[in-house]
Amino acid sequence: MDVQKSPIVEIDNLSKSYWRGSQIIPVLEGISFAISEGEFLALMGPSGSGKSTLLNLIAGIDTADNGTIRVGGVDITSLSEAELAGWRSANVGFIFQFYNLMPVLTAFENVELPLLLTSLSRSERRKHVELALGVVNLTDRMDHYPSQLSGGQQQRVAIARAIVSDPAILVADEPTGDLDRVSAEDILTLMERLVREFGTTIIMVTHDPRAADKAHCVRHLEKGVLLAS
Amino acid sequence: MILKLIIRNAFRHRLRTILTVAGVAIAILAFGMLRTLVGLWYLGVERSSATRLVTRNAISLIFPLPLSYKERIRRIPGVKSVSYGNWFGGIYIDEKHFFASEAMEARSFLELYPEFLLPPEQKEAFIRDRKGCIAGKKLAEMYGWKPGDLITLRGTIFPGQWEFVLRGVYRGAERSTEERALFFHWDYLNETLKKSSPRRADQVGFYMINVAKPEVAADVAQAVDRTFKNSLAETLTETEKAFQLGFASMTEAIMIAIQIVSYVVIVIIMVVAANTMAMTARERIAEYATLKTLGFGAVHIGAIIFGESMVISLLGGVLGVLLTFPAAHWIESELAQFFPYFSVSLSTVGLDLLIACCVGAVAGLFPTWRGATIRIADGLRRIG
Ligand SMILES: Nc1ncnc2c1ncn2[C@@H]1O[C@H](COP(=O)(O)OP(=O)(O)O)[C@@H](O)[C@H]1O
Ligand SMILES: [Mg+2]
Repeated sequence: MDVQKSPIVEIDNLSKSYWRGSQIIPVLEGISFAISEGEFLALMGPSGSGKSTLLNLIAGIDTADNGTIRVGGVDITSLSEAELAGWRSANVGFIFQFYNLMPVLTAFENVELPLLLTSLSRSERRKHVELALGVVNLTDRMDHYPSQLSGGQQQRVAIARAIVSDPAILVADEPTGDLDRVSAEDILTLMERLVREFGTTIIMVTHDPRAADKAHCVRHLEKGVLLAS
Repeated sequence: MILKLIIRNAFRHRLRTILTVAGVAIAILAFGMLRTLVGLWYLGVERSSATRLVTRNAISLIFPLPLSYKERIRRIPGVKSVSYGNWFGGIYIDEKHFFASEAMEARSFLELYPEFLLPPEQKEAFIRDRKGCIAGKKLAEMYGWKPGDLITLRGTIFPGQWEFVLRGVYRGAERSTEERALFFHWDYLNETLKKSSPRRADQVGFYMINVAKPEVAADVAQAVDRTFKNSLAETLTETEKAFQLGFASMTEAIMIAIQIVSYVVIVIIMVVAANTMAMTARERIAEYATLKTLGFGAVHIGAIIFGESMVISLLGGVLGVLLTFPAAHWIESELAQFFPYFSVSLSTVGLDLLIACCVGAVAGLFPTWRGATIRIADGLRRIG
């Protein structure tokens, strides 16, 4: 099998709509595209165009109405909810706009969270967590609680949490949306480094043009339809 | 780690948690005290002997009966033994120091009331000394009395200064046995009366009758009252139990009301705790959605929410139970005349904790279900 060439994400004729009361609202219509391994893709588009919905579908936290999504060769649209949960923890790293760290856990414990679902021993987990915090350059803050960290630092902890289990893809929904310019720059540089040094595949939703500049490839979404790139 | 999350989450809003814990603790305390009260009441009714009858003047407790009735009662079939006595109502030092004091026909009285435990040599000493008396352990402790001490009571029903020598200190066989009473020889009372007010001599306040078995108690009681029908002093005879129950039926309604109130208290705290938990869980929906995103299942998230509810309720429950003991002790020492003993039974403690668990479970149920079944995308949307 030619793993190197085959795309890591393949989306085919994907559509999704929501019910609002008795009214059906189409959010995504006939989306098809592929993302190759090691790519840094930016998804842009106006608010409400369906970017988050698309990202959620790729990450397996929402289910499509039609079409297929294959990630690393697995058709995730055919997985049950429980299977999806297991699949997510092994294959997807999440970065959110508001970091979504557990306020009652330290940086170290937050990063350790995804590893609790693996069979790793305590000392192995510690090694992984320290490694991930080292990548985001926060080893000296690992005993701090999120409230004791700046926004940029919290997002770096979140990135460490996303990469600690070495997932196949990283998804980021407006990762710089809540950050000042310097911190945003910092986060983008870090993401770029992940792609360059570790060959990570990143799918990032953003409407910050500076963020899109850092990406290898930008796709535009408008009213649920992917524009030709 | 789950445990760590539960504990730390529980103390995130310190004030809210403290208030909830305090609420549960007070509810459990109230429940425990009310239940103990009701339990004691039923116990009192239960413990009163079914083989003992009390005969008194049919008109009123304060009218006496002639001593001559004793032999006639003894001859009634089913009667095993008869004793008799008078309420004395003596005052020690001053009115504040009031306790039950009764004049009894000593030998038969001690036979009829085996629950008053007296060392044999003290019993002998008491029976031999005409001016002797015995006192309950609690009463003796209260005043530091020891055998040989001279005790002077001022009579109310029988005026004058009365001197007794303490010959024995009895213990109660059961915790419910009265240990704050003083008994002395009826003969001493009677002989003194013969000299001072002869018209009041040879009269008794009540007869105590021991019947062979509980089943005949009712028949014997009727037979006694029939014997003295149309005589100068008609009698009213009841089993000790019936006497208690007759008195009790009046208070039973109150007891039932108290029981209802005790459960209402629990229901109220359940509602309050449930509201608090729902509020807390709603605030943390995004966190639960995040955990779910990371691959944690409904079971994990349910455990975190349910665990928090249980931790808070159980903490309140344990605190409530711990407070019950000093509270019961306080009642026992400060309200001794109403509750000679007020002890929290193990089953009440068990029920307290069980109820705390129920409060935690009920309060946690809805938020747990909500948290466990939340759709990730919806949960995340609340902040994104
Ligand atoms: N759970 C939902 N229920 C109903 N409508 C939704 C839901 N999630 C998203 N939508 C709707 O779908 C559209 C696209 O949403 P979203 O993907 O969040 O857009 P974007 O991220 O591009 O701003 C919006 O009109 C939004 O209101
Ligand atoms: Mg969005």
